[in-house]
Amino acid sequence: MSNGSWWLLIVVFAPLSLLSIGGGQSIIADIDQQVVHVQGWLTQTEFIDLFAISRAAPGPGSLLVTLIGWKVAGIPGALIASAALFLPSSVLAYVVTRLWNRHRGRRWHSALELGLPPVASALVLAGAFTVLRASPEGAAAWIIAALATAILLLLPKWNPLLVLMLGGLAGVLAARF
Amino acid sequence: MGEVEPTLPEDGSPPQPVSLLAIALLFARVGVTSFGGGLSAWIYREVVHRRRWLREEDFFSGLTLGQIMPGVNVVNLTLFVGQRLRGSAGVVVAMLAFLLPPMVLIVILAGIYDRVGDIPWVHQALGGMAAAAAGLTVSMGVKAGQGLRRRPRLAVILLATFLAVGVLRWPMIPVVLCLAPLSLLLVWRDSANV
Repeated sequence: MSNGSWWLLIVVFAPLSLLSIGGGQSIIADIDQQVVHVQGWLTQTEFIDLFAISRAAPGPGSLLVTLIGWKVAGIPGALIASAALFLPSSVLAYVVTRLWNRHRGRRWHSALELGLPPVASALVLAGAFTVLRASPEGAAAWIIAALATAILLLLPKWNPLLVLMLGGLAGVLAARF
Repeated sequence: MGEVEPTLPEDGSPPQPVSLLAIALLFARVGVTSFGGGLSAWIYREVVHRRRWLREEDFFSGLTLGQIMPGVNVVNLTLFVGQRLRGSAGVVVAMLAFLLPPMVLIVILAGIYDRVGDIPWVHQALGGMAAAAAGLTVSMGVKAGQGLRRRPRLAVILLATFLAVGVLRWPMIPVVLCLAPLSLLLVWRDSANV
């Protein structure tokens, strides 16, 4: 496709990169707005399909943007859209990370290192909870998650991928009963 | 659980230099096997518990930085781990290894999805995998909570944040802006009393 659409991919996704405070989920609605309503690159149904694929596929869910770029302008589009989403925020994160690691050992650094993790782990847990609550499998999803947690804690040598596969199998079986 | 506590240097540097190849292989593997989400938990499990490249506090401080800053949380976390292990080269290697393979894979999967997207069991299996991935995340939360056994007040912060955001669904940013400073205040006062 034309260079014009490459440029548009950058114009749409690079600002969202720096607005994605709180993670990739926080900009899904804006992406939908831009891609479906403002630019008209995809229909709403196509967008929902791509969203579903990005949730199911391995890797970060934000690879949704890779798929959008691919739909708009093929392989170059996929690369450009991904770079536009990941690069600006990563440059900022790189600067902050370097500063963070340079001040190791200071009292304020130790306080942050000790005081922030409870908040961070709680947010990750809350994310998992939200996924389960939104799950169309209902109670089965909670049971699968509980069993997976137990296996992973009690049998730490097990590969998580195996646990995921068992979860998939359980999902299929649960739908039969 | 049942694993020996890592014996890492106090300054948080890795116990032995980690090769760029090892970093690339690990992140590529997590990138292409993390079906259903739970990526931070994958990285936590590998980097902290199995390989002992980073201390628990070090990992969680990187996780927090990644959440506060703009950008995809787990991408920021990958950047942090790469930087911590091997500086700038580690950042580039970890990020490319983590993003490029799943980018190729997701385009292939999108092609397949056009043909299998209507099959019910495909959706059921994906739903089951997402639920199991949530379990992976919960197991990370449990381990983080165990680390707080001797700091009950921080455990209360963890619980309060989870209840506010996860159960009551209050918006994340105001909750963090209230509870993170409170948590820091508790830690700061403790460190002043030593």
